[in-house]
Amino acid sequence: MAIDTRVAPKIKHHDEEYKVIGTRPIRHDGLEKVTGEARYGSDINLPGQLHGKVLRSPHAHARIVSIDASRAEALHGVSAVITSADLPDPGDKLTTGGEAPGLPVKFKSANMLARGKVHYHGHAVAAVAATNQHIAAEALKLIDVEYEVLDPVLEVWDAMKPDAPVIIEDLYTAKADGTTAEEPSNVAAEMLYEVGDVDAGFAEADLVVDREFTFGVVHQGYVETHNATANWLKDGHLHVWCSSQGAFTIRQELADLLNHPITKIHVVPMEIGGGFGGKTTAYLEPLAALLSQQTGHPVKMAMDRADVLKATGPTPGGYVRVKMGVTNDGTITAGYANLAFDAGGYPGSVVGAGCRCVFAPYNMPNAKVEGFDVVVNKPKTHAYRAPGATHAEFASETVVDEICRTLDIDPVEFRLKNSAKEGDWQLAQPPYPRIGHIECMEAARDSAQWQTPLETAPGKKRGRGIASGFWFNIGFTSSVIAKLNSDGSVTLLEGSTDIGGTRTSVAMQFAETLGIAIEDVDPIVADTDSVGQTDVTGGSRVTFATGLAAHNAANDMKDQIAEGLADLWDVAADAITHADGTFSANGNSATVREAAGLLEEEGVFPIGKNTVTPTREGGAFAVHIADVEVDEETGKVEILRYTAVQDAGVAIYPPYVEGQMQGGVVQGVGWALNEEYVYDDDGHLLNASLLDYRMPTALDVPNIETIIVEVPNPGHPYGVRGVGEVPIVPPPAAVANAIHDATGLRMSHLPMSPPRVQAALAAQA
Amino acid sequence: MRAIQYAAPSTVEDAVAILAEHGSDARMLAGGTDLIVQVREDARDTGVFVDAKKIPELMELSVNADGSTTLGAAVPCHQLYNDAHFTATYPAVTDAARIIGSTGIQGRASVGGNLCNSGPAGDTIPPLIVHSAVCNIAGPDGERTVAVEDFCTAPGRNVLADGELLVSLTLPKPPAGSGSHYLRFIPRNEMDIAVVGAGAWLQLDGDTITAARTGLGAVAPTPLFVQAAGDALVGMTADEDAFAVAADIARDAATPIDDMRGTIAHRKQLSYVLTQRALRGAKARAQGGSPTNGH
Repeated sequence: MAIDTRVAPKIKHHDEEYKVIGTRPIRHDGLEKVTGEARYGSDINLPGQLHGKVLRSPHAHARIVSIDASRAEALHGVSAVITSADLPDPGDKLTTGGEAPGLPVKFKSANMLARGKVHYHGHAVAAVAATNQHIAAEALKLIDVEYEVLDPVLEVWDAMKPDAPVIIEDLYTAKADGTTAEEPSNVAAEMLYEVGDVDAGFAEADLVVDREFTFGVVHQGYVETHNATANWLKDGHLHVWCSSQGAFTIRQELADLLNHPITKIHVVPMEIGGGFGGKTTAYLEPLAALLSQQTGHPVKMAMDRADVLKATGPTPGGYVRVKMGVTNDGTITAGYANLAFDAGGYPGSVVGAGCRCVFAPYNMPNAKVEGFDVVVNKPKTHAYRAPGATHAEFASETVVDEICRTLDIDPVEFRLKNSAKEGDWQLAQPPYPRIGHIECMEAARDSAQWQTPLETAPGKKRGRGIASGFWFNIGFTSSVIAKLNSDGSVTLLEGSTDIGGTRTSVAMQFAETLGIAIEDVDPIVADTDSVGQTDVTGGSRVTFATGLAAHNAANDMKDQIAEGLADLWDVAADAITHADGTFSANGNSATVREAAGLLEEEGVFPIGKNTVTPTREGGAFAVHIADVEVDEETGKVEILRYTAVQDAGVAIYPPYVEGQMQGGVVQGVGWALNEEYVYDDDGHLLNASLLDYRMPTALDVPNIETIIVEVPNPGHPYGVRGVGEVPIVPPPAAVANAIHDATGLRMSHLPMSPPRVQAALAAQA
Repeated sequence: MRAIQYAAPSTVEDAVAILAEHGSDARMLAGGTDLIVQVREDARDTGVFVDAKKIPELMELSVNADGSTTLGAAVPCHQLYNDAHFTATYPAVTDAARIIGSTGIQGRASVGGNLCNSGPAGDTIPPLIVHSAVCNIAGPDGERTVAVEDFCTAPGRNVLADGELLVSLTLPKPPAGSGSHYLRFIPRNEMDIAVVGAGAWLQLDGDTITAARTGLGAVAPTPLFVQAAGDALVGMTADEDAFAVAADIARDAATPIDDMRGTIAHRKQLSYVLTQRALRGAKARAQGGSPTNGH
């Protein structure tokens, strides 16, 4: 198979021309990653290191009657066994940092090591440290845990029933009106968003479509499993090396969970083999730290694949209802949505984000959206690439497609007519700034795939679907420190762990602003002691926010260089101009490189720095087109052709943008067709392996055609919008709409796996 | 942590002696693509690994004087599909050999190992059934033979007693005018275990079926020989109507379970569809062509 190396089309809606931005240089981390020299968490090995392992619950819901570790502790080579009794009591403290701050630390602590009860199959109960992994594994078998098994509750619709077993006995619903429920239940929180008059809106409608959708639990499926090595020194300094999306967040969680001063905690972010939202929180880090504290040795821990699937943070299953009203000319008059998501074993699902996205692509004058965060006996769920948006928009984009079919309106024309645009209302947010949904839809309409009629094949059911997607993106805090070296090169320290190639996209913005070559910037992902506060790599925020910090740091450096040259040239600093990387004043001029040399002689070494918390992240839209073939006899769906269109604002490094778009599609197609957690009635996860948790392979997706649209974000000096998440949003709806086009079926559950499609076909016949 | 033993006998007799000494703690190791994974995942407790690959009889692939083929129990899959005679003679078996694992796995994994692992979804077992293969077993009490459809007794279990090993399989020479095909259904296009597998073998005289055998995988505790389907085809014209009759019988013969890989209803439906498709492929090969409806 030939590798497609052509440069994908890009559609610009601006006139800016850049020297570095938009080019395709060699990525800074490329060579060490392809040669295996890059260092990941598991490459850390310290003298005297012990190995830790975790004992996990065999039950989905049970009371821990007793834990007796004496046989394990007696095993030769075992140094320590810990349980929740070794974790400090968090009291009523709330979490800070991460993607969802403000949750009780007691829940996070109990998720680290079960406190009194186990809430899901695979829940950590105890951990051991031993001289090697084999002894640690043997020791786990010698820990005697007595359980009183309780009835599990697995699905939100069961957990919300009044007579459901209550998993957390002191959980009282935080209601949308600010009050708290009087009786405990599994509903941790209710939320309500409303605009206009939804009843009046539906009364105006000629057609109302009201549908329900359900979802299995899916996992992010990053290749590298969680790992952590901790070394707790005698003076109380704690050093941690780990694979996470945010070293500062891990530091904060360690401080919260271990009641340890933040100044004594040093977290080193290692290279990361994928995260997608699943590595925004600690699992092994606090356990390795405690075991290290107790043994006086460094402790290394790593999960295997089954641990990752059972006991990290997949994204929720649940329920979404979407009701939309339209007039006969295809104008949306009202929308109502009801979303209930699995929080998993402890509160805090991504349902709020789903609520914000469900109707986001449309200008909807009257809307009401209700959300429910529901505790069930499954692992505590977490973010996964545009968390919540994929569920929500699978539902709404399927309903939009049904409306278009019923009214016989072209799905592109319908979306163009009703599209959200600058100044329109946005749920729980200020009105939209300049956004690119219309531009994406036009690019999709004009794409090669949409313009090419779907080829029919005798005896084959083929169809085409289109869907929009929105994700709001996040700002948060980022820091950059840039040091000008005497040869004119720049060492760029940034705090954002690099998942999607951001060290290059951040460095490119720095190089553009300072006017130097990208090859003259050496970007480093720094540890928590070496750079300013930087929040998680999440919310597609790094190229936007850390890029902004880099731009600001370059301007800071520019000012410092100008001040240094002002002394040399005997002019006022503000008389010095800077253009194309050259400083000039009074007939003097110096490139950055020349300036670095001149300043070195004066003992001046500029350090540009910036910490920034931007809030104008802009939203990201995508439009996807899927062509599918459905095997009517088996229910298997094959993706024949796929085009992804996305507004990147301005694509700093186009290959990464295309890669994010393609990666999002692959994950979205996996979610659409096969991925889901399979449980038995007792709540045991049956498919905790990559054999039976079926992510797509290279043979399951075609070449994914990409079209980058550039509608600059007015909230960023270079117009950047986050690009990493929105491409996972449209695929399930695009595929579902294509399945409908092929077969007439409306699928209402993800995944649309072969048994479900075949059963639906059989029911249709 | 436990110490394990590894033995590499060079004769069947020595292997039998080791197996007899250690009983159920010992296990033959061919490619290891099931055994090593199972032991690593704590799904099997094995203390003595007896390497099959130093024993000539277990590595033999040869055509006998009567035209039948001897397939040593540890011969890896890649050797089969790189053997022109074997591929032309037992195409359903090579259909299976080509889709077990990846190319790398096929360099180690053996048909005999697949059979001795005795998984209901073992891809090579329905093809062996439709080709009427016979298992040659050696043990402390001498040698015996068992028809391949009688070899597996339950998931992961078979007729081998302590001290016994599978030495080889004998595949009879197929008569002229016959052809076979195996295919499976998996939700993805790679890296999966069969949700259902189906094999078929047909002998034709003109358009008339003179003999037929079909088999199914993953729809019962053991791979199934669906004798009634083949019997019903004898004397019929090899057309869609006939294949539908056989497919109906196959669907009825299937007694699948719901699990993480499939549902009862889907597996029943697939038993029908795949039997039909396997028969079409077998017919195409019997007529000198090749299957057109995928693998």
